[in-house]
Amino acid sequence: MDGAPMRSSFAAAATELLVDDPRVAIVLAEISEQLFRDARRHDPSRVVNVGIAEQTMVGVAAGFAMEGFHPIAHSLSPFIAERPFEQLKLDFGYQGLGATFVGSGGSYDYASEGGTHHSPGDVAAMLAIPGMQVLIPGRGEEAAALLRATYANGAPTYMRTSLAINDRPEDVAVGRLEVVRRGAWTTVIAFGPMLTRTLAATEGLDVTVAYATSVSPFDDAGLAEIVGDDPHLIVVEPWFEGTSAPAVVGAVAHLRARYTFIGVPRAFIHDYGSWREIDADLGLDVAGIRDRVVRSREP
Amino acid sequence: MDTTTDLLARVRSLMGRATGDEKHEESSTSTIDVLWVLYDRVLHVDPSDPKAEGRDRFILSKGHGPVALYAILAAKGYFPESWLDGFMEHGGRLGAHPDRLLVPGIEASTGSLGHGASMAVGVAQALRTKGLSAPRVVVLCGDAELNEGSNWEAIALAPHLHLDNLTLVVLDNHSSSLAVESWRARLGSFGWAVREVDGHDHDALERAFVPASDRPLAVVADVPEGEW
Repeated sequence: MDGAPMRSSFAAAATELLVDDPRVAIVLAEISEQLFRDARRHDPSRVVNVGIAEQTMVGVAAGFAMEGFHPIAHSLSPFIAERPFEQLKLDFGYQGLGATFVGSGGSYDYASEGGTHHSPGDVAAMLAIPGMQVLIPGRGEEAAALLRATYANGAPTYMRTSLAINDRPEDVAVGRLEVVRRGAWTTVIAFGPMLTRTLAATEGLDVTVAYATSVSPFDDAGLAEIVGDDPHLIVVEPWFEGTSAPAVVGAVAHLRARYTFIGVPRAFIHDYGSWREIDADLGLDVAGIRDRVVRSREP
Repeated sequence: MDTTTDLLARVRSLMGRATGDEKHEESSTSTIDVLWVLYDRVLHVDPSDPKAEGRDRFILSKGHGPVALYAILAAKGYFPESWLDGFMEHGGRLGAHPDRLLVPGIEASTGSLGHGASMAVGVAQALRTKGLSAPRVVVLCGDAELNEGSNWEAIALAPHLHLDNLTLVVLDNHSSSLAVESWRARLGSFGWAVREVDGHDHDALERAFVPASDRPLAVVADVPEGEW
């Protein structure tokens, strides 16, 4: 699984769960249908492709959840986190039902498809639903581990997978920050696939780098322990800049802290190419992140 | 033991107890006969065990005008009739749109239009997956609710999944601003068995609810225009 596309790793893990647990159901809206053919062969009644109908994808998943199943629904991020938002909010959040919603291609992974296929606001939208867990793995192995840890916990969970992956997997757990590097000057939190570039961008700087794969639940105690009494916190996040602020600020609200959020500017992108090229344009590559981190030291 | 007629009369009085003048709740008179026939003659449900695995499932998709449903559930013993006094009141359990977490017998929390049909398809498929062939799923949508596109995603999907355990009730009180030429033609073209019936005729409704053998069933219950 090393370096495998996160979407494939997720599909393999979901298929394993479907085989192992008769209460797992997979609901799709055409996207990635080819990745679930083995699952479908195993039990076609629990692998439902609803067609290009994302509202019904979520509604059908809710129907499965009402009958005690653990649904896993999947599409591209804009088409699972944004288009059927009200179904996520009401059919799951309000009704108190659990499922896993896996989005692929958050922000501008599929940059060349244009803004119709971008979703840097997906996580902000998901955080607006009380009780929604939000997970952001940085590798396929992590996506599989987080899925296994949460799929049956009765809560709605949004897991955002991406084309960008970190160089190596971390030992991750839901709601736990991992300290990847220790330093004295400041603390940098890297979410999901931003870790490898954040480590590169802070090479030679005396900073602590912490790795987060959960936005909600967030590791409040873990962050408070890492940052000390007079913290300067820098957050590197792959979605709209400041999306994680309520979680991060809330964790250290008892302290007087300075914050720098490095993420996607709040503007539509009218350009194409690859996600790497857009990252560079927006200052989310190694050089751009290093520049923002260094400048954040200035008074 | 009440006779059916006595019980229905009590349902009507309970509806008045819930609504009163100041809390006039509209779309209830249009649905009461359909709901009554479902709960009195069609659905296999047990008020003493509202989560029984083998029960039939009813989803009031439109969520609007739930007083008739509340009154029937109370009359059948799902919850105390005294709850109706707190309809729409702070601290009460019965809101203007039903909440499955507060009310025994309410399968889905609805009110935002266009959610119930998709959930009903999921429930019907899940029942089949569990190997439960007896329980049926009935979902009620209003004719104006069917303006919502999400319903038509579900209406297209149900025949594709061969869900003959699913029944859609179209409660047509002609409230849609968009004219519908023919429910039979429209739903039939999606692959549904369609029966059109007087929405206040109990015997005709009961006959119409006999499941279709090989496809999902749509029962179009027509009530007079302007009746809510």
